Amino acid sequence: MPEARVIQLRPDDDEPRVPPPSSASWEEQVAGGLEFLRRRLTGDYDTDEFGFDADLTDHVLLPLLRPLFSRWFRVETHGVENVPDTGGGLVVANHSGTVPLDAMMATVALHDDHPARRRLRLLGADLVFDLPVIGSLSRKLGSTLACNEDAERLLTGGELVGVFPEGFKGIGKPFRERYTLQRFGRGGFVTAALRTGAPIIPCAIVGAEETYPMIGNVKTLARLLGLPYFPVTPTFPALGPLGLVPLPSKWLIAFGEPIETASYGPSAAEDPMLVFNLTDQVRETIQQSLYELLLQRRSVFS
Amino acid sequence: MPPVVVLVTGVSRWLGGALAAELARDRSIERVIGVDTIPPSPEMLRRLGRTEFVRADIRNPLIGKVIATASVDTVVHMNISSTPAGSGGRGPMKELNVIGTMQLLAACQRASSVRRFVLKSSSAVYGASSRDPAVFTEAMQARRVPSGGFARDSLDIEGYVRSFARRRPDVGVAALRFTNFIGPRIDSVLTHFLRMPLVPTALGYDARVQLLHEDDALAVLTRATTGDFAGTANVGGEGTLLLSQVIRRLGRLQVPLPSPALGSLGRFTRRFGYVDYSPEQMRFLNFGRVVDTTVLREEFGYTPRYTTEQALADYASTLTPVIPPEVVTGVTTRAQDLVARVGSAAGSVGQRLWPAPPTPGLRAVRDA
Repeated sequence: MPEARVIQLRPDDDEPRVPPPSSASWEEQVAGGLEFLRRRLTGDYDTDEFGFDADLTDHVLLPLLRPLFSRWFRVETHGVENVPDTGGGLVVANHSGTVPLDAMMATVALHDDHPARRRLRLLGADLVFDLPVIGSLSRKLGSTLACNEDAERLLTGGELVGVFPEGFKGIGKPFRERYTLQRFGRGGFVTAALRTGAPIIPCAIVGAEETYPMIGNVKTLARLLGLPYFPVTPTFPALGPLGLVPLPSKWLIAFGEPIETASYGPSAAEDPMLVFNLTDQVRETIQQSLYELLLQRRSVFS
Repeated sequence: MPPVVVLVTGVSRWLGGALAAELARDRSIERVIGVDTIPPSPEMLRRLGRTEFVRADIRNPLIGKVIATASVDTVVHMNISSTPAGSGGRGPMKELNVIGTMQLLAACQRASSVRRFVLKSSSAVYGASSRDPAVFTEAMQARRVPSGGFARDSLDIEGYVRSFARRRPDVGVAALRFTNFIGPRIDSVLTHFLRMPLVPTALGYDARVQLLHEDDALAVLTRATTGDFAGTANVGGEGTLLLSQVIRRLGRLQVPLPSPALGSLGRFTRRFGYVDYSPEQMRFLNFGRVVDTTVLREEFGYTPRYTTEQALADYASTLTPVIPPEVVTGVTTRAQDLVARVGSAAGSVGQRLWPAPPTPGLRAVRDA
């Protein structure tokens, strides 16, 4: 019987039973917290040239986002195997939901659900970095300005870069247009991928649209505040601060098969037709997988 | 070809004086001429060694005579002021920076003996804004062109130096864009700023800071003077720190203030010539600036000995921290010990009160 397998029995059953390793006890957690506090007070941690603060991200920002990820939105991640374990990659996703929660959730998804615990370095609009607190926190979380120089620098450095080419058109679109992709900018992300030869990983995020369904837009107020839109949702601003609580929609995040760009060569970035075609290809892929995910999801909140 | 007669402007400042002293030690250089408007301090004068000091204002044509009579072949231009406080107001500062450079370049253009021109420029030419790319290379330009202050002056100066290079193609021109200097001896805007026990910063902003140790600055300037690099190079230490991190590592207390309040505080302190919180300085303290130093390492051929972190640590050794790191470490270690002791005590009490159920005496039985 060549196909028979030998299953090794435990050689000695008299071994004492080893209790399963429990999660860190409370005193270890407090001690860890104190050690973190010491590092923060003495500045004894590393930050990179983009302002990314791994210590703060791992110990404060990600733990804050995690309950939202697993309990509130019950995010299901599909296709992490399409994201490479090492080296650069450009994750291109749809953008929606008035507040960029989708970017945060994608960051948590790749860090917690990917075997290599990859960090997603997001590219944000310049408005983000103009704002106090939000701007500096975004940098500490690993974001940087959406410009080709930064994208290429991160990609050559072997980082996983997250980009939302729809920008404000996507995140600030009315609820009735949910899950329809907007125009994909000028294809800057494709040129960045072509120049660095990094694969493009299309990513579809379902669920963010229903967190803050935008039923109105007070344009005058937006202009007054210098914002791209001022959202009116069923709960905001009617319920005041309570309206800031996102609706607990069910989320699905799917990473599609990588689109390889290295074979075109860096000079292909100068070919606008190729750039347009690739942009369209990525856009179509994301739209298609959005529809598939929507069919998979039984209802908005389950 | 090594230089024979070197003229250094701005020798009464620390870096200029240190460079002149360094060059004076080099026996292959025949003469080192130091120029400044104010005479160097006695201590500096001692260090300058065989440097000949000429008290002259580069803003008047006398400088041309000095260059011509001494047949200077290498000019190092360092007499650029970065703060209005140091030169008696914004008006005189601009005059010294821009008109001074123009006069000096005019003199150099006339003098056929000049073969080399080294400019101590600044990475301030890249400005500082929220729309900047994270890391500037030499080919990039400011996204928001600085409208005033030191950055504008630096841009203008570089412009004049570029047109000088076009008119005198036989002169090798090196423009070095330095990041912020730090070190135990150098005096800069940043060292002044960080010497305060309470450091006010803009609330909600945190700049990325790249530093250069004074020794590296000196080494780069010496190499630029005696070498043959022509072109523009960013000069900065490896790595970056956040401003909040810098303040914490120095044991300073950060006082975040809303930007408008910081503006009025800045006007107040500037009046006393204390710390410069000009709008330009504020932008730098909000957004920071990082430069790529590949050209420095590969073309210029120098790798700074100190990283940003090490340079800061060297500077920190000269300051008495307000919150000493040892105290913080001591307190947290003691607290950790306490927690561990409380934890083990609670654990043993818990064990006695609710003893763990004995491990079941079950054994897996081998299949026959």
